[in-house]
Amino acid sequence: MPDSSLIHGEVQNPALLHHFAEPQQQRDAASLGMWIFLGTEVMFFGGLFCAYLIYRLKYFGDFAAASQTLNAALGAANTVVLICSSLTVVLAVWAAQHARRTMLLGSLVLTIILGFAFLGIKADEYQEKFELHHVPGASFQFQKSIPGHPDQMANPQHAQIYFALYFIMTGLHAVHMIVGIGIFIWLLYSAWRGRFTPDYYTPMEIGGLYWHFVDIIWIYLFPLLYLIDLHK
Amino acid sequence: MAIENPQPERVNYLNKEYGIGSWLLTTDHKRIALLYLISITFFFFIGGFFALLIRLELLTPTGDLVQADTYNKLFTMHGQVMVFFFLIPSIPAVLGNFLVPMMIGAKDLAFPRINLLSWYIYVIGGVMMLHCMATGGVDTGWTFYTPFSTAFSNTKVIEAGLAIFVAGFSSILTGLNFIVTIHRMRAPGMTWTRLPLFIWAHYATSIIQILGTPVIAITLVLVVAERALHLGIFDPKLGGDPLLFQHLFWFYSHPAVYIMILPSMGVVTEIIACFSRKRIFGYSFVALSSIAIAVFGFLVWAHHMFVAGISVYAALVFSLLSYAVAVPSAVKVFNWTATLYKGSIHYDAPMLYAFGFLGLFTIGGLTGLFLAALGVNMHVHDTYFVIAHFHYIMVGGAVMGYLGGMHFWWPKISGKLYPEGWARLAALIVFIGFNLTFFPQFILGYVGMPRRYYQYPPEFQVLNVLSTAGATILGVGYLLPMIYFLWSMRYGQPAPDNPWNAAGLEWKTASPPPTFNFDEEPVVTWEAYNYDELDAPHKEEVPVAG
Amino acid sequence: MSEHSSSSLVTYVGIWAALIVGTILTYFAAQIDLGPFNAAVALTIATTKALLVALFFMHLKGASERLLKLVVISTLFFLLILLALSMADYSTRAWS
Repeated sequence: MPDSSLIHGEVQNPALLHHFAEPQQQRDAASLGMWIFLGTEVMFFGGLFCAYLIYRLKYFGDFAAASQTLNAALGAANTVVLICSSLTVVLAVWAAQHARRTMLLGSLVLTIILGFAFLGIKADEYQEKFELHHVPGASFQFQKSIPGHPDQMANPQHAQIYFALYFIMTGLHAVHMIVGIGIFIWLLYSAWRGRFTPDYYTPMEIGGLYWHFVDIIWIYLFPLLYLIDLHK
Repeated sequence: MAIENPQPERVNYLNKEYGIGSWLLTTDHKRIALLYLISITFFFFIGGFFALLIRLELLTPTGDLVQADTYNKLFTMHGQVMVFFFLIPSIPAVLGNFLVPMMIGAKDLAFPRINLLSWYIYVIGGVMMLHCMATGGVDTGWTFYTPFSTAFSNTKVIEAGLAIFVAGFSSILTGLNFIVTIHRMRAPGMTWTRLPLFIWAHYATSIIQILGTPVIAITLVLVVAERALHLGIFDPKLGGDPLLFQHLFWFYSHPAVYIMILPSMGVVTEIIACFSRKRIFGYSFVALSSIAIAVFGFLVWAHHMFVAGISVYAALVFSLLSYAVAVPSAVKVFNWTATLYKGSIHYDAPMLYAFGFLGLFTIGGLTGLFLAALGVNMHVHDTYFVIAHFHYIMVGGAVMGYLGGMHFWWPKISGKLYPEGWARLAALIVFIGFNLTFFPQFILGYVGMPRRYYQYPPEFQVLNVLSTAGATILGVGYLLPMIYFLWSMRYGQPAPDNPWNAAGLEWKTASPPPTFNFDEEPVVTWEAYNYDELDAPHKEEVPVAG
Repeated sequence: MSEHSSSSLVTYVGIWAALIVGTILTYFAAQIDLGPFNAAVALTIATTKALLVALFFMHLKGASERLLKLVVISTLFFLLILLALSMADYSTRAWS
């Protein structure tokens, strides 16, 4: 019933859209909508994981050789950066829930900074790949032996497939990070304008869901791309 | 049932606001449905135009109308436009958008602005596609097989791929909107088992749209990247596997055919119930079969690849699964038939389309089983047998369902009645034209005429000429409704709220409906398809559409 | 007040710590030769981390309805189908 929120003597929440009967319905719809959207994102990345799985099994040695030209420590550092940013995101949502304005704004700022830190480290890694001619295309070069088999050279064509998937997967991830940073800048602005209250912080919540998803993708990308046969 | 006189100045969603801005910036699901109607009809003409050129070329055994390269572009663009810009959106974006909120008793979809966004995304994809076609087109077949598309074709593969990529997001957003709406926005008393089966069908369709479309999206990204940067992901010369593309492509494109047919099945269910004056036989089986089709549809994709080089063991698995996926469809056909049994049948135009669907979908579905048999597949793969098979389902099935639905709900959408006599004639013309076009193609494929060829041995000419003749008749059959629907908007009889005395919440509000659908939020206390109640006080009268 | 569950700050920091530990574990486990199990170990830790993020940071654990969990499980199921049935082809044919 459209007037249920007035029963408790509150002013009807201005954020309640006309086609919803009550705020909880609107919240539940937003939440379900975002989770379904994340489901589509899982399938979107999933196609890449499928291609990666098949070629990694087929060209394992070449993939290991290519993977070891990445800096695993930097990859681990980036993983830590994203995990910290997921923490700042849940802290921001908690702060919105409990009307803690300073904590809310601070957490959002930290999240954005950590997001940029991730992109910065990524850019550094891409720069190095560019310098080593590991970017697929006309000027691709790759000469390295297969880890554990110093007498066997890796097949450059297969290595190029690795790097093609590396750039597309991490590149797509980075695009999602950029969008995420954009979303959080908008959330920061909205929070600064006082738009979020303990009764209404849905954009924070669903923005947070998106950010955590991007983190989860990286949680898988790191071991798959960086840690192949590292012990050899 | 007496026809009420609608009040002359009643405010409804059509006359509430005028001006192009009120349409282009609308968030009303009903107006968005009409925006989609105009757009997909436009693309239907484009796709139909390509079909016309194909059939004209095939009138003669030699390639004399167009060059071979041009012919490749014609069948490619016919397929791309018809699949991605007409069939996939058609029923969900037009009838689904219009009816889903009304059928569940809601004021709008869960995310009205995202609904409008989905239309704009569709238009952007469409404009990109038009530009691609106008500046050279693409000749890879709608299936974009690699390495031809990535390494050898000289046509605008990247642009076409990106256009379809964009249009795919329209489909995803529509599906997302429907799922959230059906879960969260049902009116009080509208439980899952009281939902019209049209809703169940669209729910299942939306599941496919959500899970499948992103995979073709990323596949197209890979094709574009490979073509632009000369990568080797799908190129055997560079260590890649062309079959990987096919696996990823068909993982979406097979379920896509269920996106195209499920909504049509939902329409047919509504029509058969109404014009048999009976509750659908086996409601829960029909509902669950929709979900089963959605789930099983994801398990069969490699039956498009039996001769492409997959392992024989994989082929066995996919062949077996393909037989399994036919079962839920058969369940529906049996239930529709059982509904007709001892029903009070009325042969209005929507019902004629439903009957057409019943027969033609069955033929199309059964020939799918022939194709799923590995031995048969070896012989008829890439022949006109396949083309006939999928056109029986897509045109004989999906498009007939779409037309039936447009007729059934036209009074609700426009507030006007279409001319029933012309509608029945058009349905008959469509049925005859369709069969004349596509039945000869079964024979052509069986005797060995390959698809995608613009030349053929002279002994195939008679069948090809019959097919082209049928296509012409079919074209006339399609033009007629377009003409009389438009005519009816101006000169048609005003429609009462419920001209068919049909069950469903959408019939309990005005024709056309007010912007927020219902004057008061409905509270549902009756089961779906309560035709026994609807007909009880009027047992001697026959519902008249006029 | 939202009906959404909200864990305490302590829980959040605890999960964060677990994620960091998991990352360190993954990194160092990769330096040890576990034969064919390196990938399995790495992916198991990754999956555990992903679950922690989904259940606690994304509030899946406290979700009032099973619907959201159904969305997640269904998605993962179909991703698994894509991977498994593709592998059914690749694992049974030789291609070079």
